[in-house]
Amino acid sequence: MDLSFSSEQEILRKSVAEFLSKECSYEKVKEIEESAEGYSPKLWKKIAQLGWLEIILPEEFGGFGDPFINLIIIMEEIGKAAFPSPFFSTVVQSGLTILEGGSTAQKKDLLGKIVDGKLLMALAQYEQEASYLETGINLSAKLSGDDYILNGTKMFVIDANIADKLIVAAREDKGITLFLVDAGAKGIKCTKMPTIGMDNNCEVIFDNVKVSKADLIGEPGNGWKILQKAEAKIIVAKCGEMVGGCKASLDMTAAYAKERKQYGVPIGLFQVIQHYMSNMLLAYDTSVNYLYKVAWMIDENEDVTKEASALKAQVNEKYKFISERGVQIHGGVGTSREFDIGLFYRRAKAYEYVAGDSDYHYEKIAAALM
Amino acid sequence: MDFKLTEKQKALKREFDQFFEEVMKDAPPEYGRGGLEGVYATPEGFEFHLQVSKKLGEKGWLSRAWPKECGGEGAPLIEQLLFNESRESHRAPGVDLFGHGMFAPTLIIAANDEQKERLLTPLAKGKVSYCQGWSEPDSGSDLASLQTTAIKDGDNYIINGQKIWTTGGHRAECMFLLARTNPEEKRGKGLSVFHLRMDLPGITVRPILYMDGKHLYNEVFFKDVKIPAKDLIGTENEGWKLTRDTMNFERSGVGFFVEGREDLKELVDYVKTTKRNGKYLAEDPIIRQKIAKLFIDLEVGYTLAYKIAWLQGKGGLSFAASAASEAKVFGSELAERIANYATEIMGLYGQLSDSKWAPMNGSMVESYQFCMGITVAAGSSEIQRNIIAWTGLGLPRF
Ligand SMILES: Cc1cc2nc3c(=O)[nH]c(=O)nc-3n(C[C@H](O)[C@H](O)[C@H](O)COP(=O)(O)OP(=O)(O)OC[C@H]3O[C@@H](n4cnc5c(N)ncnc54)[C@H](O)[C@@H]3O)c2cc1C
Repeated sequence: MDLSFSSEQEILRKSVAEFLSKECSYEKVKEIEESAEGYSPKLWKKIAQLGWLEIILPEEFGGFGDPFINLIIIMEEIGKAAFPSPFFSTVVQSGLTILEGGSTAQKKDLLGKIVDGKLLMALAQYEQEASYLETGINLSAKLSGDDYILNGTKMFVIDANIADKLIVAAREDKGITLFLVDAGAKGIKCTKMPTIGMDNNCEVIFDNVKVSKADLIGEPGNGWKILQKAEAKIIVAKCGEMVGGCKASLDMTAAYAKERKQYGVPIGLFQVIQHYMSNMLLAYDTSVNYLYKVAWMIDENEDVTKEASALKAQVNEKYKFISERGVQIHGGVGTSREFDIGLFYRRAKAYEYVAGDSDYHYEKIAAALM
Repeated sequence: MDFKLTEKQKALKREFDQFFEEVMKDAPPEYGRGGLEGVYATPEGFEFHLQVSKKLGEKGWLSRAWPKECGGEGAPLIEQLLFNESRESHRAPGVDLFGHGMFAPTLIIAANDEQKERLLTPLAKGKVSYCQGWSEPDSGSDLASLQTTAIKDGDNYIINGQKIWTTGGHRAECMFLLARTNPEEKRGKGLSVFHLRMDLPGITVRPILYMDGKHLYNEVFFKDVKIPAKDLIGTENEGWKLTRDTMNFERSGVGFFVEGREDLKELVDYVKTTKRNGKYLAEDPIIRQKIAKLFIDLEVGYTLAYKIAWLQGKGGLSFAASAASEAKVFGSELAERIANYATEIMGLYGQLSDSKWAPMNGSMVESYQFCMGITVAAGSSEIQRNIIAWTGLGLPRF
């Protein structure tokens, strides 16, 4: 057993952290959040140049063959910086789905463009019913000559407003099928919805949208299998970002508790604050170590269905807990937009829903156990 | 023992309910679901608040509970509770949290006759709005350490310093201020209470945005602001005791519980009419339990509020200090629980702010953010728990 990171991994973490703290301060984060695009094309170009987007690229397609845990390192740092970018939608959700189900040609083409920073993608799975299950996918795909015609509405599609291409899960005669659709195709109407995360959650309406038969990811009817396989990894990656958010919340709160004085002493001297913060550290430590364990299992090619669910449910609750106590310990300043802890408090709620809420994952664990 | 309301009290409650139901028909969309956000975030919301305030003033309801010699009716506290309950369950504005909720009681306790006439009358008529100038950047929980000075200069006081988190400071006409009149003294000694107008030369108001971007509170800067000595309330240098008495006025917390009941009603409607995975949310045992748990908390909290009002009515303002702190802690933390459960129950929709897609007009996700202000403001949960330990249990103070 060796629970340390390699020196290359330490360097990766340091370089990501340094880049984000230099290029994307929390002030900048707030500015980006308030923009219609919800991301900075300039910074996106820079991180493409730095090679972050290659992190999931297998060696056979020109990548460095990074282990999965390296993606987690990047996600943790993104989470600490509260960095708003299409990294999750494009690299994690779409990239991992293409890796799981795409043809060699698609991998080469799409992943190549993603890595170069030239292609943004979004995964359109959920619909008006907001179900995480297979039965929740009802957008229809009907074959007509050499094309499919898509009709229906997708909801909560992250970054659809800036994406060039969408992966659309639709119901075809043989079952759930994944389609690769140009975001600008005729008949698509995309509207950004206002959220607590101030992120790019979109409603996407498909009105007789034509897609070529050639633009499927995987075979007709095996879309759900691909989604499920990719889902475990997507969850663990998202948990990396959330655990990073926990760490930032914890650190900035501890710093504040040492510095803020009331009644002539630092508020960190009050035992109630110490106990809150001890519980926060406990919540963080249990989460971060489990995160690494599950990420390692993925690198060992083990099945992590129930572990990924356990991790997400754990992190959902702990991120909310840590950031909520963080705001409370900050007092008045914690509730304001000028201070930064609120960024994490809002994200903890927003990310609770990403790739399954706690109730969905409790049920998955129970189903795996019983 | 008898929990029943008298026929007179029931009739009164019906009268309040009818009034607020009628009044709320004119609420502009910007007012949203009321509360501090509804009243202070937009000019439309504030205008509506002022209109309702005037109507309440015409009815004489703003001053019902005041003693007769102050122009009120000396109505019993329990009737005040019924009034608050009715207003808050309709999410109606019109009562100025600061002017009516805090400053009027201060004036009743400490003002001289001239001040009562001059300052209480416009409050009774609903013609004036106040903000509360207490907290400072370095003095929050430890309010008594505040440093803003008000130095006597002939017939005037000259004010210098800074206040922060001043809710509604950008809209209110007046402020009641706690400042240091004797800079030689420390902590609770040497503080005094003042009334002042917000448009005086030397006052600057700078907005601070709430975490969701709304403009509720402010920083207020004072540079050589001159106010007449007749606007000192009570005895010079005795302001701390007066302020503590103000903190103890009507603190049943009934508002938390009646608003929570309204939230729960809407949430129940939502789960009964919304399907997921082929079933109504109301059929999901996990959701059923969450809703049942909220119901329990609302029941016991509401009942505690009545007990507090009854205790206060019997024994005076500070009689129920520990129980009042319990209601504040329980009510504000329950609001947080309601918002969290509701947004969990809504699933992916739980993250949506006010928009055509958002269940309950996004009120629960808004509340998820605003509730943190309530567990911090007006004595944080930690400070309230200290009070409960000391006064409720007699545990030693450090
Ligand atoms: C939404 C909102 C509206 C407000 N409106 C007004 C207003 O209109 N006018 C006004 O004057 N003020 C207003 N306030 C300010 C409010 O009264 C203060 O925020 C509050 O008193 C806490 O002070 P602080 O923010 O300086 O936090 P601090 O006092 O610095 O507290 C920071 C943390 O330390 C804890 N802490 C402090 N002392 C102790 C202790 N002895 N034991 C244990 N824990 C402790 C606190 O509970 C908190 O968790 C408002 C605040 C908010 C959030």
